[in-house]
Parts: sequence; structure tokens; C-alpha cells
Amino acid sequence: MPPRTCALCATNRAMLKRPKTGQQICRDCFFYVFETEVHNTITQSNLFKPGDRVAIGASGGKDSTVLAYVMKVLNERYEYGLDLFLLSIDEGITGYRDDSLETVKRNQQQYSMPLKILSYDELYGWTMDAIVSQVGKKNNCTFCGVFRRQALDRGAAMLGVDHIVTGHNADDIAETVLMNIMRGDIARLGRCTCICTQGEDTIKRSKPFKYAYEKEIVMYAYFKKLDYFSTECIYSPDAYRGHARVFLKDLEAARPSAIIDIIHSGEAFEIRDDVKATQKVQQTCKRCGYMSSNDLCKACTLLEGLERGMGNSGITDRARKKLDAEGPAPDNLRTIPFYHLPSSAAAAIAVETATS
Amino acid sequence: MSLSLKVEFSGGLELLFSNQRSHKLSVPALVPKTYGETSSETKPADITFLIHHLRDNLLKERVELFMENGTVRPGILVLVNDTDWELEGEGEYPLKEGDEIVFISTLHGG
Repeated sequence: MPPRTCALCATNRAMLKRPKTGQQICRDCFFYVFETEVHNTITQSNLFKPGDRVAIGASGGKDSTVLAYVMKVLNERYEYGLDLFLLSIDEGITGYRDDSLETVKRNQQQYSMPLKILSYDELYGWTMDAIVSQVGKKNNCTFCGVFRRQALDRGAAMLGVDHIVTGHNADDIAETVLMNIMRGDIARLGRCTCICTQGEDTIKRSKPFKYAYEKEIVMYAYFKKLDYFSTECIYSPDAYRGHARVFLKDLEAARPSAIIDIIHSGEAFEIRDDVKATQKVQQTCKRCGYMSSNDLCKACTLLEGLERGMGNSGITDRARKKLDAEGPAPDNLRTIPFYHLPSSAAAAIAVETATS
Repeated sequence: MSLSLKVEFSGGLELLFSNQRSHKLSVPALVPKTYGETSSETKPADITFLIHHLRDNLLKERVELFMENGTVRPGILVLVNDTDWELEGEGEYPLKEGDEIVFISTLHGG
């Protein structure tokens, strides 16, 4: 087969077929279009303003490694004027997270960005290893997901940043759209395609890779020889997401635009007013001050169950009733430190303690 | 006649292959038209042959994470001398002496 030339520069040999467009392009044009599309996503959504302090949620995996690299490139090329930080959460999973954190530490050197690591142990008094030894491998992903979300916000508050960016890519978002449809989770379906979530009163969270295909992220990492970590979590993976993922990959194999099409469908859903009316209003957790749709936030509920030796009380109604039957939470219960939103003064103190 | 190849696994796929990323191997230049059949009909060794050959000779565990329906599982990228195999005829690409074939899983956590 004769080598094909790049559809964009018409000079170099094509090395990649873009899943989104079917275009055949060369390595240099691929770097250019990939970076430019992320830049366009950022500017069209007005994600940042000059002087913003932005934390990159970094796991050491492919998406966040490529995100850190591309954010650095774009910040310099287009003079965004951002202060970039790496923020990692150490879930306390021996043989998995400790290894991937080594990758993040190398990224810190390679990209010269300050790194903050916040551990579950430090914040909740529980590592995932300890949680799994109490609750087993069945529901541990619920703990990990709820704890990580809150830990990222709290780590961001310690860094005094305005904004967290995460490496969620187009495949992840399409997968989440499917999952929310299959679970009938209308509230999440409505917001899962938003590029930027959380309102004025909390730290912004956004996904600059919202329209970037996983295939292109992996090809970018491969061509740029970026250093990333790719081991599966040693605890059982989220089975439901696994099914959605396999289904999506099968769809993509048949028609590559399926991923972007599902995102567009998700964006186009309008939630009827009478459905919206049944959704809970956001408030703050009475125990730890974090945002919540109940009196207690999900992390406090889960932590109370762990501390009282009934980890599954945050998961099933039956276990919850058993916990309630034992009476109210004891006064000496371990709780999560109260969450204060970063004002600039509080933030400066937090950064000092974080680096000490 | 045989072809020597360099095969690489990454993105977590190496875990299925003795946790070793890079492998040197040689495959026959001509192989049966249908994998595993000893008929007189042959074809030049292609990537489809290589995938089966890797499954039967190098793969150590969990075949379902590598192959599905006679090819690699969706979500595994294949590169032929650093070029996307989708530009090279995918499974029908005829292997050449010294080719470097890379398999990358995209399915592991981000």
C-alpha cells in the first residue's frame, strides 16, 4: 500500500486516523490539531481568566499526565497567565496508588509544577486498604469515589486555587451519559455533560478534554513519549461502568463518531420542570460544612459507618436501619475537619501548612 | 523463511504478557489461510495471524482482555512502525522483516 500523505499539510506521511473525523494526518499536524482543539474548548467556554490558580487533578494515569503536559504547553503558547499546580489524592492502596504517585512526582520535576498530595488517611483517618478490610471488595468503589471527590476539593482549598481541572475525556463523558440514562439518574444526566460544574460559591471544576477522544490522548502520550502509569486498581473495578465502557467501545468500533454523538445527545436533553422540582436542593453538611443534598454529606455518612464498625450502613438501607437502631452518633466520633471555602487569606495559611 | 519482528505491549497490556513490554520474535513468512488449519492454502503472515500467534505463544492470562471476535479487543490501539494500523489495512497488513508492532490498551484508568 503506498504511504498516504497528511490531509492537512499534504506533505508528510499520515500516521494516524482521527476517530472524530476520519481524517488521516501526520504526527506534527496531529499535535497541532489536538492542542488547538483543547485550546478552543478552553476559550469557547471561558474556563479561565488571567491570574487564576489552577490545580490539575493528577493520578499519574494517561489522561491527567497528558492534561498536565497540554495545560503547560497552552498556558505558555497562548499566555493564559495561569498558575498551575498538580494535586494528587493518595487513596492508600498499596501496590497501586503508591506506584502511580511516583509517576506524579516525576511529572512534578518534568513539568516544574508544585505538587500537593492529600491522603485519605490524613483527611478521613482511613486508607482504602483499611476500608476494604472492613467492607470487603463489593462496595469499596463507592467509598473511594465519594472520598476522592471531596478530597480533591479540600486539597484544592489547601492550595488556595480557584479551579480544578480533571482529565475526563470524551469517552468518559459518553460513558457517564449512558450510565445515567441506564440508572435513571436525571439530576446527574443533566449536569454530566457540563464542561464546568459547581457554581460561584465553590471551587470550579472543569474538563478541558471533554471533546478529546481517548484514542487521541493515548496516541499523543505515545508520540510525545510521556511518562504515565497504567495498572488497573487492585480492588474490584466499578462493574457497572465497566459494562458501559465495553458497550461504548463496541459502538466506537462500528462507528467512531458514536462517542461525540452521545455527548451531543446528553447536552441536548432538557429536563422537564416537574422532574426538576423533585430534585433535592443543595445545602451544606451539618457536620463538616461540605456541600450536600442531605443533612449529612455522603462522606460523613460513610465515615460514620466505618467508625462505628458498620461500613455498609452508608450503602444499604438495611444496614442503615441497624446503625440507627444503635442510637445517635457518639460525641467522640471521628469527623472530617470543617470545610471552609478558600478566601485568599485563609488560602495563604493553608498553603504554608501544606508545604511544612 | 521467517520474519523477525519486535512486538511491544503497553498501557497495561504488558501485564497479560509476563509483565514484559518488549518482545522479539520470529514468525513464518507464509501461514495457513485460516489460523490453526494445516491446509495447503497459504497467505503471507499478516497482523491477524500475529494476534493469534501472540495469544497462543506469549499471552499468559485473561485472553478475553486481549482478543475478541478474531481480532484485538475494542479499545486496544495497534501501531505498525509507529503508524496507526487503521491506515495500514488493520489485520490484513502483511508483515515485513524488521517490523515493529505496538499494542496499547486504552482501557486502564486515567
